[in-house]
Amino acid sequence: MKEKIRFYLWLCYINLFISTFTFGGGYVVIPMIQKYFIEQKNLFSEEELMEMAAVAQSSPGAIAINLTILAGKRTAGWIGILISGICSILPPIIILSFISTWYVAFSNNLYIAAILKGMQAGVAALIVDLIMDMYKMILEEKSVLLNLFVPAAFIANAFFNINVMLILLVSSFISVVFLFMQSVVGRRQEHV
Amino acid sequence: MFNLFMTFLKIGLCSIGGGYAIIPIIQQQVVLNQGWISEKVFTDIITISQMTPGPLAVNTSTFVGIQIAGIPGAIAATVGCILCGILISTLLYEFFKKYKHSKYIFEILKSLKATSLGLIVSAAFTILLLTFFGTSTLNSYIHGDLLAMMVFGAALFLLRKYKVNPILMMSLCGMVGLLIYM
Repeated sequence: MKEKIRFYLWLCYINLFISTFTFGGGYVVIPMIQKYFIEQKNLFSEEELMEMAAVAQSSPGAIAINLTILAGKRTAGWIGILISGICSILPPIIILSFISTWYVAFSNNLYIAAILKGMQAGVAALIVDLIMDMYKMILEEKSVLLNLFVPAAFIANAFFNINVMLILLVSSFISVVFLFMQSVVGRRQEHV
Repeated sequence: MFNLFMTFLKIGLCSIGGGYAIIPIIQQQVVLNQGWISEKVFTDIITISQMTPGPLAVNTSTFVGIQIAGIPGAIAATVGCILCGILISTLLYEFFKKYKHSKYIFEILKSLKATSLGLIVSAAFTILLLTFFGTSTLNSYIHGDLLAMMVFGAALFLLRKYKVNPILMMSLCGMVGLLIYM
């Protein structure tokens, strides 16, 4: 029981922390979860994180929230969902309710702009670091199709602005067709 | 207030692909359909949401909510915005876990993983462009920000080599930014 409560407190604290330091879009949450949930506490595997990230991206709403919810659910069940949900929206609400009253002054402040520019480089490094780890796992699958999906999704999204939902649907469809064809071919070979 | 909640519930349901996908939908609902705030205020809100911590979608809905109905408005808008995502992603994850033994579902999950990594690369690409060239479009980069590239390189090196804690990393980068850009 004591262990449980201690874990809930940790979950609460880590979500508050992650949410407070997430600048510029939800993707930074993925490396944060990797560092705290996996590298420090070993709560689940990198494989599972990738599954969660895929599901979080395929669902509507904020990716960051979806992902923290899934991590919460995985580690502490329904209470985990509640804790992660509340603790990850609390910091933005508190910070923004202060800032909203004098936001013009805030957005024109040179010191804040300088700090944020430095942090932006940090965010970029965090995400690239994560991509390297994850790409290694895709390579280990040794599947040509999967290896093609990564650059294809990148190009479709970054250069052609194709709708994310469409990209996800098309790649699932292709993989199902591929598997179906493989099983047909396999069956024929059995007959021969 | 109920109307605010329902509007953001709709926004949350309609947006797949995270923060940058949600913004145009919020704009359409809040500025054009409901007329709650002006185009000018909305642009300011986006700028601030990007500068303050927290996921972009949460920040934007919080801010719009505050502007319309104070703190209760902020809570109504934010909860509305994230509710559908929470429900759907939890159900979807359970679904995948349950049917993992089906070859087809397993294959779909694997392809979703690879595709979502591609989308993460795309997000990283946008952030790198913004950091190095101050723009997210491809046509206008001539002046690369060498200092930003060096901060990025050093940060990545520390992360790969020493597995530095990300929050320490972010604070360090913020301090370096303060030093070199002032």
